[in-house]
Amino acid sequence: MTGYIFRRILQAIPVFLGTTFLIYFMVFAMPGDPIVALFGDKTPNPAVVAQLRAQYHLDQPFIVQYLIYLGGIFRGDFGLSFSGEPVTAILARTFPVTARLAILALLFETFFGILVGLVSGLRKGKLFDASSLAVSLILISLPIFVIAFVGQYVFGVWLGWARTTVSSGAPLQDLILPALVLASVSFAQIVRLTRASVIETSGLDFVRTAYSKGLSSRRVIPVHILRNSLIPVVTYLATDFGVLLVGATITEGIFNVPGVGNTLYQAIIRGEGPTVVSFVTVMVLIYLVVNILVDLFYGLLDPRIRYVK
Amino acid sequence: MKINRLGIAAIALAAVGALTLSGCAGGGAATPTASSNAKAIITTNGSEPQNPLVPTNINEVGGGKIVDAVFAGLVYYDAKGAPINDAADSIKSDDNKTFTIKIKSGLKFTNDEPVTSSSFVDAWQYGALLSNAQLGSYFFENIEGFSYDEDSPLTGLKVVDDTTFTVTLTDALSDFPLRLGYSAFYPLPAAAFKDIAAFGENPIGNGPYMLAAKGAWKHNEKIDLVVNPAYDGGRKAKNGGLSIIFYANQGAAYSDLLANNLDVLDAIPDSAYGTYEKDLGDRAVNQPSAVFQSFTIPARLAHFDGEEGTLRRAAISMAINRDEITKIIFSGTRTPASDFTSPVIDGWSDKLKGADVLEFNAKQAKKLWAEADAISPWTGSFQIAYNADGGHQGWVDAAMNSIKNTLGIDASGAPYPTFKEARTLITDRTIQTAFRTGWQADYPGLFNFLGPIYATKASSNDGDYSNPKFDALLKKGSTESDLAAANKDFQAAQEILLQDLPAIPLWYANVTGGYGTSVQNVKFGWNSVPIYNEITKG
Repeated sequence: MTGYIFRRILQAIPVFLGTTFLIYFMVFAMPGDPIVALFGDKTPNPAVVAQLRAQYHLDQPFIVQYLIYLGGIFRGDFGLSFSGEPVTAILARTFPVTARLAILALLFETFFGILVGLVSGLRKGKLFDASSLAVSLILISLPIFVIAFVGQYVFGVWLGWARTTVSSGAPLQDLILPALVLASVSFAQIVRLTRASVIETSGLDFVRTAYSKGLSSRRVIPVHILRNSLIPVVTYLATDFGVLLVGATITEGIFNVPGVGNTLYQAIIRGEGPTVVSFVTVMVLIYLVVNILVDLFYGLLDPRIRYVK
Repeated sequence: MKINRLGIAAIALAAVGALTLSGCAGGGAATPTASSNAKAIITTNGSEPQNPLVPTNINEVGGGKIVDAVFAGLVYYDAKGAPINDAADSIKSDDNKTFTIKIKSGLKFTNDEPVTSSSFVDAWQYGALLSNAQLGSYFFENIEGFSYDEDSPLTGLKVVDDTTFTVTLTDALSDFPLRLGYSAFYPLPAAAFKDIAAFGENPIGNGPYMLAAKGAWKHNEKIDLVVNPAYDGGRKAKNGGLSIIFYANQGAAYSDLLANNLDVLDAIPDSAYGTYEKDLGDRAVNQPSAVFQSFTIPARLAHFDGEEGTLRRAAISMAINRDEITKIIFSGTRTPASDFTSPVIDGWSDKLKGADVLEFNAKQAKKLWAEADAISPWTGSFQIAYNADGGHQGWVDAAMNSIKNTLGIDASGAPYPTFKEARTLITDRTIQTAFRTGWQADYPGLFNFLGPIYATKASSNDGDYSNPKFDALLKKGSTESDLAAANKDFQAAQEILLQDLPAIPLWYANVTGGYGTSVQNVKFGWNSVPIYNEITKG
């Protein structure tokens, strides 16, 4: 087990180097000069541009820029944004906000998704099943910005139950509405996954055996059916958590959440190399960790895929 | 040049949501308010400053709004753009070349340091020095000693005593005193130079407001300002402070305004253009501002030089139906242009000779185009380059259709994905089409719309226009002793531009905004920013 984890962590090192290199190269290759854009529609004096370019090492060849950046990372220095703020400070500020939003969304979608999916699966073809399928179909087919705008308008402006945007410090109660919006699409997916999986498992021999042993459905449903139906759901939840953690640009934009997606979007538009690369690097790390955790979690659910070595 | 560029990508999509919902917008009934509260904090929209809050390094509205509140320069501009002494006691000159500036005595920064003539001189020296690479350094280029080639002190600045200093320019500039209200000319306390990075994070000013506390700038979230009790100038605040909330998306700010989470909004999102006047009633604001929009046709393009070029430029200008585009695409939030400046600027005129070239006239356009064809037949297609991240596609397509239908030529937009890509191609002159141009005034003067853009070899002359007659009139205007006479010269200079059309004027952007039910006395200044110190909240 520890050997397995150790190997997985070792694998992460070349992935880390490769992604930083690729992302840095892509930001470098993006057309246009970010320094020229700092001046808006006004054309700057070339001497001032040259000064600024030197300040951000933009006058160096690509490989030198990359090595300077990489060298900084190992000293814990991720560079500076154009507004003079260390990128580490931006990371430290935005990731907790997005993490809170992601965890909240994940809780909502997991709880409601599995619950509704389970009931639907057990009552296949009944009214509850039909209506939950219809609702999930609607949620899947609606683009997220429509759900976000409707939610913001109805609950924020019209009914006044929630704040229209997230206020400073991103308190939990402000994050509920955006988290529900974010959760809505995945909720629909989880309902469908759980339902299908529950239907499949319910028909299997060991469930029939369990019932014929005289076990009550209060024991069979959670322990025998649900537990064995959760593997596809867990896989989905894990990737979804990764997606949520790296920021939901559209939803964060609409609710003005000062999180990862919003900040990264601005940085890409401005061509702030250090910010973009650092954010993406952290995102890659998150994906790696989440994936390792999922692989370990499988073993808990299903002993057949436990890592013995 | 103050840049206003918000993330607009999602806003276009927002239209869908807004349209479906516009039916149920219930206008909250205004409750009559008792006496306003002098301690009340006004919440308003802003955007994360792109640079540290050092006035000489601010060139965009996000930071500009904050430094304008935190600092007091020699002069400030009233709602109409007229300069009024703020820290200055008097600004005098006999020849428009050497200015003697006296400042009021007893002024203080919020760290109790006195505001002296050195506070101004040192700040300007800092802003002008090449190695400090300040974005606003070009503001000092007319002062003696300025150099783009090496670090060189401004020898034209001399401290006479604690409250007097003199400024010597390289050439006469009649509108120099008018420029002094721009943020680049704000004073800095000596404390700033000890650690300019720390100062940029927690600026210490002498203006009507100050930072609520150290660290009041919460990056990407907001900045809290409170009234500076020591300020006693013409912009004394009638409220308790400002909370400027940073939005990456104007749609979010608009929703906050509708939900009464925001008191004052100075930018209505495109998606709400059709509905905001209904949503807000008499709390909606829509008035011209100091933003001029155009597209530039560089003379180096084939068919756009000399006699033929002049005819084609006029034909293209007359082929665009500005009234229709401003009405339909912009829902009346743009005003068709009648000159090269802006109606909020003193000296603006819609009666310039040759201004009829800016009116839609299909017959005349066809005639001029045919005359140009007689000189050299038209080949190829006409294109306007624009940045696709700035919400420009709508009007570019409409204008191009207007040209296509009128002149019967192939015309289309040429989008570039990002602003920086388009700007880079424009500044290094590799662009081979016409391109979108815009200008937001730094200070309320006609010259600011003309000199930097159309004078020979001027910094922002991206179309490389050059006309000695135009240059001579600009120079004449700059040496006039009286602003009215100067404006006459600048108007005459514009009449030359109307013949040559180095850029095709399109429209003036209006400032669109609105305010909540709990605030009163909301007025917008000449620069599209609400006059915050006048706002009261009950």
